[in-house]
Amino acid sequence: MNFREYKVGSRAFGLAFGLSMSITLFFPSFDLAASISSEVGLDKQLTSGWDSGWQIADPFLNGLNKPLKVLVRKDPKSGEPMEPVYAYVYPAGTSLPNGVTHTANLGKGVEELSVKQGRITEAKKENGAVFLIKKSDQLLTFEDKPLSYVENATATKGWTPDEVLKQAADSDILHAGSGKTMFVREGCWWCHTLLPEQTQDWQVFGAPPMLGDFNGESPTAFGSDRKGPDLLHVGSRNASREWMMLHFFNPRLVQPHSIMPRFDYLWGEVDADGKKIDFKKWRSEYDEYREGKITTPPDVPMYAKDSEIRNLIDFVVNLK
Amino acid sequence: MILKYLFAKNEAIPVGSAAIFFGFSAIVWFMIGTGLGSFNAAKLAFPDFVTGTEMFAFGHMRQVHVLAVIFGWISMAFAMAMMYITPILGNTRLWSEKLGLWNCMMWNICLALGLSLMWMGVTSGREYSDFPWPLDLAVAAFISIPLAVNVWMTIIKRRTQGIYTTNWFFAASTFMLIIVFLVGNLPEYFHLTGLTEAYMTWWFAHNVLGLWITPVAAAIAYYVIPKVTGNPLYSHRIGHLHFWSIVVFYSTPAAHHLMSAPLPEWLKSFASVEGVLILVPAIAFVSNILLTMQGKWNMFVENLEIRFTVVGVLLAIPLNMQGGFQQTRSINWYIHGTGWMVAHAHLALLGFSTFLEAAAVYLGLQTLMKRKLYSLTLGNLHFWLLLIGFSTYWISMTIAGLIQGAGKIYEVPYIDVVIAEHPYMIARWLGGTMVFSSTILWLYNMWMTAREGTVIPAGRMPHELAYER
Repeated sequence: MNFREYKVGSRAFGLAFGLSMSITLFFPSFDLAASISSEVGLDKQLTSGWDSGWQIADPFLNGLNKPLKVLVRKDPKSGEPMEPVYAYVYPAGTSLPNGVTHTANLGKGVEELSVKQGRITEAKKENGAVFLIKKSDQLLTFEDKPLSYVENATATKGWTPDEVLKQAADSDILHAGSGKTMFVREGCWWCHTLLPEQTQDWQVFGAPPMLGDFNGESPTAFGSDRKGPDLLHVGSRNASREWMMLHFFNPRLVQPHSIMPRFDYLWGEVDADGKKIDFKKWRSEYDEYREGKITTPPDVPMYAKDSEIRNLIDFVVNLK
Repeated sequence: MILKYLFAKNEAIPVGSAAIFFGFSAIVWFMIGTGLGSFNAAKLAFPDFVTGTEMFAFGHMRQVHVLAVIFGWISMAFAMAMMYITPILGNTRLWSEKLGLWNCMMWNICLALGLSLMWMGVTSGREYSDFPWPLDLAVAAFISIPLAVNVWMTIIKRRTQGIYTTNWFFAASTFMLIIVFLVGNLPEYFHLTGLTEAYMTWWFAHNVLGLWITPVAAAIAYYVIPKVTGNPLYSHRIGHLHFWSIVVFYSTPAAHHLMSAPLPEWLKSFASVEGVLILVPAIAFVSNILLTMQGKWNMFVENLEIRFTVVGVLLAIPLNMQGGFQQTRSINWYIHGTGWMVAHAHLALLGFSTFLEAAAVYLGLQTLMKRKLYSLTLGNLHFWLLLIGFSTYWISMTIAGLIQGAGKIYEVPYIDVVIAEHPYMIARWLGGTMVFSSTILWLYNMWMTAREGTVIPAGRMPHELAYER
């Protein structure tokens, strides 16, 4: 016995299922593929690098294989002061972002400018690269805003990753790429969306994202189940690192009604001075403070420069 | 003890071994999944409860709860149902008990491995498709494809003329699950990024519910109700309408999960209209099952399996009324991203589908082990704890969601929403804990059924025997 008497049914099933696949996958793919990367989109993908979820180069999501976003104040070649500009530094061996390896991802116009004027196809993973975002004078987007494109400063200006990092102060280096990995690994997006809705929502949380704001970003981590404020523009509302530090260590220090978990474990073993952090002591003192036995909470230890919380704070304050 | 059959000859393996293995695995995963759910809910109600440890952080555990109940409890209960219902309806044996046993063992191994890694934070960062792609491929190769092959081969080797409604659904859903799983994870294999990644994430999430969980759960009801009541299915034509409208309407509205993202507007409008049309299969299903009950409504009170099934079917009514309309722009605007959605998801998975699967597992384990349920009292307690726990959860989260929605559109500072939600977070935790406790009772009851249940004589149905306890 076989499906013989169900020939019509099987074919009808194939037709119906195939049709629904076409409508939901094939047809939208033309629209999605036609999206032209905005300046926001370029910034996001250059900041977060190849991928922020699981990848072979970072199987346990430790924030490896990630670029650095650096505020360049002095010309890395001559050392002369210059108009500050953000550079996206990919040290040698760091995977390049999707828009550089697959330039079609940048969208019409941005791709041509980035390849011809920005010379991004000359960037090589082995040597590393430094990217800048440039504005063109072409008015091509549907909003008639000037197109932005990616410039490979290693090819156009001779800036190498090492030179750019050498002249930058530590406070000018944002580990926002690794921070996005922390954001994904720690599941921040289970409670905080990165998608203000097209409602009154956006008057508090900022404008909803536009088409072209996500090209090359993966995962987008929009979130679906909001239990805290939207964070897409949180860096514009509050860019205080001190506040973020207190809030991550124990959210109840700055917001007594918060239900956010403590992320003190992201501090690691030692603080900024290399001293071991005594979490047990901190918690017992905090409990005494909560019970009213002491009037001030214990001090939050300053995080070390290479701690995971530094990456996460860099990511959060960079969400403009 | 079932493991000794892994290397036995297929003919030497007792009939139903694979289904029994799947049945008990499903109950254990249900206990793990709801235990994690209860623990997570406690953290939302009392944020300083177990804190400061990476492995017990909410963000590390939330997705483990979700995938444990979807892939562990629900899908393994489905596999259990397929392993014994498909052969019965084809008047034959399962094509390969051995494949079934290996399928179940690999399923447990893959899921335990995947969830442990995810607990450590190894994730693709995509909701519902959180496993990294090597694990996705393992899931396809060791879980969904072997299951589908066993089901299809059993149907092909059947000794009946036609194929009954339940088996249409089983055959089609196992096929659609493979396609949905492999296609939905394309962004991970090929590193598709941006809006494509976001859309495909929700394309997967929508279709895994619509083309796997909903139809298979319904297929179980199509079997259990006629089998236990002895009534023939009210209408095969309505069954046809249900089947075809699932394939046509339920496979298309994926974009309605991202109404506030900058997806093409035509796609959102199309998805929204198709989303309302899921009322067609829903009404066909509910009416067909309830009309099959004609003249046997006493069994709704007297018989545990019928009670579970009918409650599941009745819960499909609010589920689909919500599901059909909450995704239209005018309502989605208010409730998207709030606790309402959490309540709705639990109505689908813990209400509608869990009740149907529980009936299948109760009926199947008793039939295959030829043992009458150990204790009706424990069975009743399981039912009521599950129903009251679920209702507490659903009602409290719906209210919390409406508060959140109001807070969203009236621009209330977010912290005031958190404060207003607090009592409902406690209620949700209590409800979830009741559900978790009920699963412990259930596991004990089924374990004792295997050991000490009254032996059912050959040719008799479990419900034809009186309970001894």
